[in-house]
Amino acid sequence: MLNNLTTPHEYPGKLFVVEGIDGSGKTTQLALLAKWLSAAGHSVVLTEWNSSALVKAATKTGKKKNSLTPMTFSLLHATDFADRLLYNIVPPLKAGMIVLADRYAYTAFARDAARGVDRRWVRELYSFAVKPDLAVYFKVPIEVSTDRLMARRVKLKFYEAGLDMGWSSNAIESFRVFQGKVLEEYDRLVEEFGLSVVNAVGSITEQQRTFRKLVSQHLAIEETDEQLDEQLA
Amino acid sequence: MNSLTNNSPETDGLIRPGSYYGNGIPYLPIDGYPGKIIAIEGTDGVGRSTQIRLLREWLEVQGYGVIETGWTRSELMQPTIELAKASNTLNKLTFVLLYATDFADRLEKEIIPALKAGFIVLSDRYIFTAMARAGVRGVDRTWMRNLYGFAIAPHLVFYLKIDEKALIRRVLQTRGMDFWESGMDMKLGDDIYESFRAYQRSLLREYTSMADEFGFRVLDAKRKVEVIQDELRRQIGAFLADSDASAQPAGASVT
Repeated sequence: MLNNLTTPHEYPGKLFVVEGIDGSGKTTQLALLAKWLSAAGHSVVLTEWNSSALVKAATKTGKKKNSLTPMTFSLLHATDFADRLLYNIVPPLKAGMIVLADRYAYTAFARDAARGVDRRWVRELYSFAVKPDLAVYFKVPIEVSTDRLMARRVKLKFYEAGLDMGWSSNAIESFRVFQGKVLEEYDRLVEEFGLSVVNAVGSITEQQRTFRKLVSQHLAIEETDEQLDEQLA
Repeated sequence: MNSLTNNSPETDGLIRPGSYYGNGIPYLPIDGYPGKIIAIEGTDGVGRSTQIRLLREWLEVQGYGVIETGWTRSELMQPTIELAKASNTLNKLTFVLLYATDFADRLEKEIIPALKAGFIVLSDRYIFTAMARAGVRGVDRTWMRNLYGFAIAPHLVFYLKIDEKALIRRVLQTRGMDFWESGMDMKLGDDIYESFRAYQRSLLREYTSMADEFGFRVLDAKRKVEVIQDELRRQIGAFLADSDASAQPAGASVT
């Protein structure tokens, strides 16, 4: 049995992952972290969920025709992940670099289960994944994430809003229902996979400070609270 | 719930035909659907499609509704798989996952609706092709079986068995050896003939090792097309007669 996701990796590099629902601010936090790491002289590469060229065409076709089922949605994302793991994640880890992943296998565990896919099956599907050195979950209530997305005038997309599930024909309402289920799944994952939780309602700077502290435990960056405060001032 | 329908893939327990191998697709219960899945398995060039064409004709003449489904034929995935194969960027896991996505799409869009409506689904290859190819490439066997835990156990699986020598002649007489069917991605050597031989030999071993596990009905594919077809019809006919009989409510008879 493959159990990479529960066994620490032995590559010289580090893998840091951010998780959270849309509008949790995790992408902002990851970008700030990357700045800090680069400034400290680390070689950093970023990889994003569902970004490989391999499955782009199929995902696009499926989304355009709204023809993806929870199963094919899940499998396409796993294919994308396998492709990125091989080309974008493992080589930099072998080269001793820092890989920052905007969403990881936990996103699949949360979203696919929220869509009614078997939980155990998805976990076993991703059992080839490399265990991150640190996975940070930016936890935010649905109202806050929805407000943030609305403020940015983000147009909710069909699948992101969970409209494929038919819970509601209203995009915002559907989004709330779907994200509510995703949040419940994330709560399970925190315990199951030992995700570090950051309260994502606080100020951006405050969250970044917590995030950097968590990361520095895995790096040879010995920064005091005061130094972190200075940099973020 | 019937305990047989919920066997975990790790156990050797008998899976009831027409039920999921593993936990399945929770949002799609399929118990009691009247249709049947008949799968024809075998390596490239054993004559699967010819047999399926003849079977379809025979079944339809008898009044059975038939649909065909085949490997990588899903609307969703076909272009991507073609492209990925052409660009040669696939590794063993993405290879396996693209196929699984194609299968899932056809399962939900073609196979399950057909089973519900009482069709006979003639499947040109089934998940065993994926398992054989993955097995040869060293993909973890337990992982593969878990992956296909969402597949439905066919009612009948016929394995058209052929030996390496006969297979080579057939392939060369028809379309010739191609990159993937020769396992060139596995870098067994530059010689396509030697690579084809080694690859197909390993594939045949994988199929043989699955025969008991998945209850293959093994047919000698070196015989004439008509002889194989007669054998298929005899076995399918007997199976359909049995299930038609048990589908009739007690006491009711059709006159």
